[in-house]
Amino acid sequence: MLSRVADSLYWMSRYFERADHCARVLEANYNLMLNPTKPSTEQRWNRIAACLGLGSDAAGLDPQTAILRLTCDSSNRSSIISCLASARENASQIREQISSEMWERLNQLYHEVRQFSTRTENDSEPLPLLTAVREGAYKFHGVTDGTISHGEGWQFIQFGKYMERACALSILLDAHFSASAGADDLDWVGLLVSCSAFEAYCKVYTADLKPDHVAEFLLFSPEFPYSVRYSADRMGTALEAIKQTSAVRKTSRIERLIGMLRSSLSYVQIDEIIARDLHRYLNSVIEQCRRLHAAVHELYIGYPIEAALGA
Amino acid sequence: MATTLAERAISTPFFDYRIDTAYDEMFRSPDRPRPHYRALHAHLLKLPAEELLRSKQEADLSFFNQGITFTVYGRSEGTERIFPHDLLPRIITSAEWEIIERGLTQRITALNLFLKDIYHERRILKDRVIPGEIIYTCKHFRRQMRGVKVTRDVYVAVCGTDLIRLPSGKFVVLEDNLRVPSGVSYMLTSRRVMKQIFPALFRKCGVRPIEQYSQALLSTLRSLAPEGRSSPTIVLLTPGVYNSAYFEHAYLARQMGIELVEGRDLVIHDDLVYMRTTSGLKRVDVIYRRVDDDFLDPLAFRSDSSLGAAGLFNAYRAGNVVLANALGTGVADDKAIYAYVPEIITYYLGEDPILENVETFLMADETQREHVCNNLDKYVVKAVGESGGYGMLIGPHSSKEQQEQFRARILEDPRNYIAQPTLALSTAPCFTENGAIEPRHVDLRPYVLFGEKVTIVPGGLTRVALRKGSLVVNSSQGGGSKDTWVLQN
Repeated sequence: MLSRVADSLYWMSRYFERADHCARVLEANYNLMLNPTKPSTEQRWNRIAACLGLGSDAAGLDPQTAILRLTCDSSNRSSIISCLASARENASQIREQISSEMWERLNQLYHEVRQFSTRTENDSEPLPLLTAVREGAYKFHGVTDGTISHGEGWQFIQFGKYMERACALSILLDAHFSASAGADDLDWVGLLVSCSAFEAYCKVYTADLKPDHVAEFLLFSPEFPYSVRYSADRMGTALEAIKQTSAVRKTSRIERLIGMLRSSLSYVQIDEIIARDLHRYLNSVIEQCRRLHAAVHELYIGYPIEAALGA
Repeated sequence: MATTLAERAISTPFFDYRIDTAYDEMFRSPDRPRPHYRALHAHLLKLPAEELLRSKQEADLSFFNQGITFTVYGRSEGTERIFPHDLLPRIITSAEWEIIERGLTQRITALNLFLKDIYHERRILKDRVIPGEIIYTCKHFRRQMRGVKVTRDVYVAVCGTDLIRLPSGKFVVLEDNLRVPSGVSYMLTSRRVMKQIFPALFRKCGVRPIEQYSQALLSTLRSLAPEGRSSPTIVLLTPGVYNSAYFEHAYLARQMGIELVEGRDLVIHDDLVYMRTTSGLKRVDVIYRRVDDDFLDPLAFRSDSSLGAAGLFNAYRAGNVVLANALGTGVADDKAIYAYVPEIITYYLGEDPILENVETFLMADETQREHVCNNLDKYVVKAVGESGGYGMLIGPHSSKEQQEQFRARILEDPRNYIAQPTLALSTAPCFTENGAIEPRHVDLRPYVLFGEKVTIVPGGLTRVALRKGSLVVNSSQGGGSKDTWVLQN
């Protein structure tokens, strides 16, 4: 497979996941903010808006404006519309490598959001749009799994999706836990709903909401698709498959990086981490992901010519 | 009692079919179809008007779903349109095709000999068959190609010659298109759609197949591989998704099962060409390039181009990679040099041309220029290096102002222009929007492959000027296409 094609598949998938994640978090928090708010909730919301890409601007904005900035503002590079535009741009570069169904779903969703943004007024209701994005994402993932061969290209799509998910989840957990003072049950429900994890959580821990349990579930569940560990496992599977299909080369660095990440997520206990420093732990997960991304890029996409000729 | 148009259309879809001085492909005279069109004619008379309309919608939908589109330049980015398609096939008899096939084979053979000659010995110039000046002043003449050895001496491996039929019924060559001709994907996809719509007619008529084109193209490319590369890697080089023919590039690559690459996928090292894959660098042997000469290598040609790959020309000159078509073929495509093709055929092959040229006046020649400039309303004036219907004046359909503009341009740079008489392109039946069948002007572009041998799939792209009375068949200017049926016998 051409490196350029693999790269476009990877970024199409990452941007799409980013848009999906943003929609989920906004949808959950929007519901939360329909309740009378407390100062602590507002503070947490600001942290969340910041971690979705508004940065330091978040503090100065009322929630309604912040949500609009994060959905329809194409000048904001991390808004849903911008992420979908980037995903679509990547897909259009490799239009022939993905199925028509994938292209149609992506294109349709993009146009839906864009239409919404053109008729945006300050008081317009973002909820239907957020729901549409989440549902559009399920459809896109469905046709992606159902309409193309699960070969190398599909594996790059998986790798991109779970890479993005692992990073985004870590950042989201960090935002919640670093501003957890005064958090009540509803706030923890909000976090779980952001990850479509509320029902799955209850099946394991019942509706008894404990911060430790929430963190444990979203970080370490080996079975739930919106957990960091699950994402790391899927990345590992994808990388193994990619290694098998492409000519065997120096994959040891990648194997070490993914191995370290996976074992840390499998063997660490949540109370140890919380006792030490959750913030530091989450940051180290993000850092490991970053290194893994760089290593994969260097081996398969942007490798130096001399190295490739010497091999 | 007066009948409405619609009522008459029900009685016969041909009610408004007017034959003028142009040769009509279907009718010898009103109501007397030519023998090879009788089956289609009878079929159309039997068919209720709604049925035809439904077929048309079915065909359009099929084109739409297959994403058969092209991009129009000069408008805002990404203006994609469905390629307009006419439902009724253009039919050619086996006897007519036999002449076309022999004529095109002769022509491409001579043109390849000509290209080899002007980039090596230049015998034809020394023998004063063609003035040397016309070669050296040609924009598409590539000095860099002098003395470069080309595999099998095949300069032009793929061409799409434009033929038109004169009122006498004779086919003549309008343009050779020796650089990067496009449109073959429309020929292939339109056949697929037509088979769904008129299966019975196909059975009845005995239409020769064209579906083998992709395999023929692949074996042509394979036969050109550098020596010693027994299982060559062949790729198709596209300028990218914003190119007007990107659909075709992707289509052909998929049909041939070869990689569709862009310039940025290629890496040149020690005069060897590689593509960047997830399995490392992979050596490339043959490039079917759909990128113009100018953009292929920023080191050798236009330095501002990012569509090609730096160092490609050196690798090519070293014989490590084959480009199809070769560089510099545009010189034989220049409309002023086109005027000499009959002499070129006689010079190299000692034969008379089987297919004639359209009468062409060179503006570089003073007497011819004067004549044309005084009669601009009667001629079609074309810039020698342009294609796609850009940069031309159609005398009879032009205003005084446009004529003045062109006169000034001709006088400023006479070498850059030629003139041809306004030709009555033949007409063929077309299905119009109101449900009637009316004549429209058509041309024919068969696709010629030159490798180990010459292959011409029986058929080609019939382009049609969909506007009533229009003579411009280019897709960028409101033209459409028709399926072309060459009959078995």
